[in-house]
Amino acid sequence: MQHKVIDTKDVVIRFAGDSGDGMQLTGSLFADMSAIFGNELSTFPDYPAEIRAPHGTVSGVSGFQVHIGSDHITTPGDFCDLLVAMNPAALKANAQWLKRTAMVLIDSDTFDEEGLRRAGLKNDPIRELYIEDRTIIIAPITTLTEESLKDSGLDKKTVQKCKNMFTLGMACYIYNRPMEYIFQYLERKFGKKKPELIAPNKKVLQDGYNYAANIQAIPNTYNIEPAVQPKGTYRNITGNQATAWGLLAAAEKANLPLFCGSYPITPATGILEELAVHKSLGAKTLQAEDEIAGICTAIGAAFAGNLAVTTTSGPGLSLKSEALGLAVMTELPLVVVDVQRAGPSTGIPTKTEQTDLNQALYGRNGECPMVVMAAHSPAGCFDAAFNAAKIALEHMTPVLLLTEGFLGNGSEPWLIPSMKDYPAIKPPFVQPGDDFRPFDRDPETLARKWAVPGMAGYEHRVGGLEKNHAGVLSSDPVNHALMVKERAEKVQRVANYIPELEVNGPESGKLLVVGWGGTYGHILSAVQEIREAGNEVSFAHFDYIMPLPRNTEEVLSKFDKILVCELNSGQFVNYLRATLPQFTYSQHNKVQGQPFLVQDLVAAIREQL
Amino acid sequence: MPKYTFKEFKSDQEVRWCPGCGDHGVLAALQRSLPDVTEAMGYNKENYVVVSGIGCSSRLPYYMNTYGFHSIHGRATAISTGIKVANPDLAVWQACGDGDALAIGGNHFIHAIRRNVDINIILFNNQIYGLTKGQYSPTSRFGAVTKTSPYGTVEHPFNPGSLVLGAKGTFFARSLDSELKLTSEIMLEAAKHEGCSVMEMLTNCVIFNDGAHKLIADREYRADRTIVLRHGEKMIFGKERNKGIMLDGMGLRVVTIGENGITEDDILVHDAHSENVGIHMMLADMKYPDFPVALGVIRNVQDVTYDAGVRNQLEEVKEKSRIQCVDDLLRSGSTWEVK
Repeated sequence: MQHKVIDTKDVVIRFAGDSGDGMQLTGSLFADMSAIFGNELSTFPDYPAEIRAPHGTVSGVSGFQVHIGSDHITTPGDFCDLLVAMNPAALKANAQWLKRTAMVLIDSDTFDEEGLRRAGLKNDPIRELYIEDRTIIIAPITTLTEESLKDSGLDKKTVQKCKNMFTLGMACYIYNRPMEYIFQYLERKFGKKKPELIAPNKKVLQDGYNYAANIQAIPNTYNIEPAVQPKGTYRNITGNQATAWGLLAAAEKANLPLFCGSYPITPATGILEELAVHKSLGAKTLQAEDEIAGICTAIGAAFAGNLAVTTTSGPGLSLKSEALGLAVMTELPLVVVDVQRAGPSTGIPTKTEQTDLNQALYGRNGECPMVVMAAHSPAGCFDAAFNAAKIALEHMTPVLLLTEGFLGNGSEPWLIPSMKDYPAIKPPFVQPGDDFRPFDRDPETLARKWAVPGMAGYEHRVGGLEKNHAGVLSSDPVNHALMVKERAEKVQRVANYIPELEVNGPESGKLLVVGWGGTYGHILSAVQEIREAGNEVSFAHFDYIMPLPRNTEEVLSKFDKILVCELNSGQFVNYLRATLPQFTYSQHNKVQGQPFLVQDLVAAIREQL
Repeated sequence: MPKYTFKEFKSDQEVRWCPGCGDHGVLAALQRSLPDVTEAMGYNKENYVVVSGIGCSSRLPYYMNTYGFHSIHGRATAISTGIKVANPDLAVWQACGDGDALAIGGNHFIHAIRRNVDINIILFNNQIYGLTKGQYSPTSRFGAVTKTSPYGTVEHPFNPGSLVLGAKGTFFARSLDSELKLTSEIMLEAAKHEGCSVMEMLTNCVIFNDGAHKLIADREYRADRTIVLRHGEKMIFGKERNKGIMLDGMGLRVVTIGENGITEDDILVHDAHSENVGIHMMLADMKYPDFPVALGVIRNVQDVTYDAGVRNQLEEVKEKSRIQCVDDLLRSGSTWEVK
């Protein structure tokens, strides 16, 4: 066989195995290594809800997809060029994601009768899964790993755990990756605690690489040139990490302590975990007894003058509804992060969706508006969280930031910003000598002043009961109508302080594609593909939902057709229909607990052209 | 600084509880004890935050001229916790009812006690839902006839004392709405106690549960049916001061001094500071007619508080960490340069 080295712009690799096989680690190592090599990338961990589902079953398959390239990479990719399948179940669960030209690397040691039976396959999985036309590389990875470590003195269980390094070594050969980064990682990871594991892991990694080079079964290897990127210091960051850091940044810029009251819930827990680490920056984390206590402790902390945050996911947001109303009524600054997951109810906790928008906009009793915004990429969660906190603190309102499981767990390289480039945050604290009535408002923002316990002379009471500007309980009908109107107007006026909606592409034309939140990368890719095929199309993506950017009406008015794409049954499009009813909207929706596929978006956009 | 008087803790709001409601007495005791608390603790008035949930008693913050938060049903304890952790220099007092704290807010209640957050919880126990007009509560006696139990309840009540002690509470005290002096004394003790202090106030609801605690609280026989416990003092009670509490095997027994050879030396001395919760639990559980109901500070022990733990950990980590600002954080861990 003639071996060829092919230059390619991008590849998608999917690592899949049992949820205990270390596939998340393998995938992230591959991603980190590629980032340092200079590629652009986007990742998508796709893991089951069970920590250790029954061994070898399809329900227990854990996958990690990484898309690397030398050009603008905005999604983790629809289909993969290489699938690493550590067992038959992993192959079965992921066969549908193979490109026609894909290569499949399988551990033949696991393809015995028992392994096939557990996966619900018969004798010939390649034929049964209709993948005979792909390049299948069958390697006895378990045996080879054992062989590689037979003199290491490690016990069998530890040896088994090194299998992923063997496959990673093979993948490094196929994609010409320098393995230095992984060597360094192994030294860091095992350095102090288990130095005896460094050499064996390095050896297995190297043996995997050499094996791939020697077997002559791999027809082509690939070069993916580094991307041309702006100069600077980069790091990889997940959406949850970026959210946590954005909040810490806001606390620093506001010169306030950060308080986060939260209850663990998938896929939002990572934010609480991340904040819990950073006590040196003054972050107080309170793991509450339930979701309600999470938000209520945060509301208490807001009253006491902290930057208060609570983080959750869909069902948790439902539990927080009543307290959200209290935050609206008391007009205290509060950031609520909802990392959306597939619902309703418990739904599919580890899968991504955009189905909490209605709940975010409307899910409370009474007339209860609050600012609702969304993050559009993993690294973008940093700015989104920073801005959410800035708005909450400066406008004295709860802000609900919607992210998604896809963003929270997904990662991408990030050009590290400098805090000097971020604006100061200036909450409307009452100043000594100020006259103070609790619900008197700033004429521009309509925000009330913030008097914090400990400030002498400003003792006042807040609460869930309706009050007048003086802070005195009032059930007067006219006062109630006024306060309802002012609370709504205050939220609307936030529009004067947020960026205008930008149009990607011509500012007028036949078709405007609209999206919000974590679908940004997919829609952008689809739009670019359409343009490359010679069609004209524009794209507008919403980071702010309540209120909408000031120029929304103007932007929408310049197009013949508007197509709104979202991962729900049409929640944003219906909000637009209610808010700007003069336009006609089409919609493209997906509610499968999975991100969009670029190819489906392309098809949906084509239909409108 | 001149000492505050009770007037400075009174707000200008009209008190809207029913005439004869037991809550008036507790409010008066709080307003009267805070000047003493303020002096003893070196606080200023602006350091107080009074928090409540929902219910008749939860109106209390409006009547106090301090920072106040009238929150939502059951959640006062969570709000108080957040306030205290956010700023441990504040003195947090909480008013909540038996339904508010023990039914809808039961979870927050036990967890604040378990964490030993340094807050002072006044639990108004009138054994009824008053603001919703007369339904049974988690402390209504078995068989109580109310609007939602016209044939009598078929459920057992909580005894707040055993709940608090079962959750490893470090401070529990009990008083009657009409015992202004005792209540003020308890409040001062609670303020001094570092940790979660729960004060159960047996209050009367003149409208929906009149005579809720009459069996023990009536002046006619109060001295014989209650006992005021004070640390270091003998457990003696009764109009004639001739009854006492003795250990009897694994339990307690009421005895009469001078009968059957019993002398004062046989009577237990109250030790509120004992780590052992056994006798405190028995004292908190004493019920009429077999025993007098225990009033006063039943348990008062020291343990690490949550808010101090949080603060200390922040300081310790800050001292050791290389990450001192967000710019440090952003550049921590694995990064690379593009040139």
